[in-house]
Amino acid sequence: MKALRIFSRSIRDSFKSVFRNFSLSLASISCITITLIVVAVSIVLSYSVNTFTQAIEKDVTIVAFISNDKSDDDIKDIEKHILALDNVQKKNVSFRDKMDISNEMMESSDVFKGIMQDWTKEESPIQNTYQIKVDDIEKIGDTAKEIEKIDGITSVKYGAGMVEQMVQVFDTVRKFCIILVVALIIVTAFLIANTIKITIFSRKREIEIMRLVGASNANIKIPFILEGLFLGILGSIIPIIVTILGYTKVYEHFHGHLFVSFISLIKPYPFVIYISLILVGIGMIVGMFGSWRAVRKYLKI
Amino acid sequence: MDLIRLRNINKTYKNGVTAIYDLDLTIKKGEFVFIIGETGCGKSTLIKMLYREEKPNKGKIIVGGINVAKLRNSKVYKLRRKIGVVFQNFQLLPKLTAYENVAFALEVLGLPKYEIHKKVVKVLDLVGLKNKAKHYPTQLSGGEQQRVAIARAIVNGPKLLICDEPTGNLDPKKSMEIMEVLEAINKLGTTVVMVTHDIEIVKKMNKRVILLNSGRIVKDYEEGTYK
Repeated sequence: MKALRIFSRSIRDSFKSVFRNFSLSLASISCITITLIVVAVSIVLSYSVNTFTQAIEKDVTIVAFISNDKSDDDIKDIEKHILALDNVQKKNVSFRDKMDISNEMMESSDVFKGIMQDWTKEESPIQNTYQIKVDDIEKIGDTAKEIEKIDGITSVKYGAGMVEQMVQVFDTVRKFCIILVVALIIVTAFLIANTIKITIFSRKREIEIMRLVGASNANIKIPFILEGLFLGILGSIIPIIVTILGYTKVYEHFHGHLFVSFISLIKPYPFVIYISLILVGIGMIVGMFGSWRAVRKYLKI
Repeated sequence: MDLIRLRNINKTYKNGVTAIYDLDLTIKKGEFVFIIGETGCGKSTLIKMLYREEKPNKGKIIVGGINVAKLRNSKVYKLRRKIGVVFQNFQLLPKLTAYENVAFALEVLGLPKYEIHKKVVKVLDLVGLKNKAKHYPTQLSGGEQQRVAIARAIVNGPKLLICDEPTGNLDPKKSMEIMEVLEAINKLGTTVVMVTHDIEIVKKMNKRVILLNSGRIVKDYEEGTYK
């Protein structure tokens, strides 16, 4: 009961304080708002980029063409060589027979069918292939080169150049986002610390009296920590609205796909809800951390 | 029974100034003690150590059974709840009424409302301000403000009331009114330790008087012997 009374008093005090120093509170709230909007954009970007990269990585395949003069034993040998390579996903190396490929091609187009239907297995210029997936997409070029060196492989194909570039761009975007977010969060924490510091100064006498009459340290600190918490929560309202409306709009605008069909955007729900929760969480933590710092430094208790 | 016991207290401030030299002092429960001396003799330092605003460099301080010199910062509140402190400049919160100022001391301790009301009314009556409970500090005279401060200091029923020049800002007539309030509180069982410059008051009150000079006790006058 007693703790509850003290706590409700703390909540009342911190609310009062937010409005008593309104201009300062507003400064802090706007700073949190701006930070959290950037944080939201960054999270959406880096999360989407992550999904894109994964999608691309799943799709990218090295196709190794096998010379037609190789026997079945030779082909088995080639497979062993491929499997021995580091970056190759052992479970995702598959052999495709040249007859399967020509059948597929004939099904896809009548023109092909007209030309290819009379080819026997020996005549067909189409080559047997291995379809290979890799663990680390950034090293796909090196792996492809090593496969090409294997005896019996005539050539190797993958989305050379484009894939690496895309992955690199995505990676840069992600790193940039993270740095930006961390920097902004630190700045915001300092600003909140400043706001709370001024609140503490404006309530100096009140604090002195509280200490004099025997209020415990926690009792004195809690209102300030709560004030930081409220600033954090108030600051996260606009970013949450921006995220929910903004992302839904973007998703609708692009019809769920970014430029090409295999890069699909993350569905807005429950994605935006998660982001909103993250934003409130960050706001609360930053607010409390900022005020905790100020309290520790200026309350000297 | 001893309420306050100081043994071999030494206090040197960080700037090198020594305020108290090897001081011994015992104050019994229920006593009324004046601490007098010239400016800079260490009397403020002495009482600040009693409520742990300052820490001695050496020595032992026991107040109401608590070892004050060894008290951790986070536990100071336990001592403060046993002590009331009154200052020369009243230290009231200007935005609160007399009633609210006194109630504040209990609110921060988390007492229920009805209990706060009961205690505040009683203590305001004791200091003679029952009919000015709704006045703000700016609407009260200096003497009345000090009485509010005293009410706040004693509302939690402390064993010890420390007064640091409580009459310093008041004229002689108002000062005597404050002394009457303090004496009434003392009669109810609270030990009072008061620092003052006002020799007239000390003479009129006929209490135990401790004379400090350069951080040492020069003389300890028994009750009624200071002339």
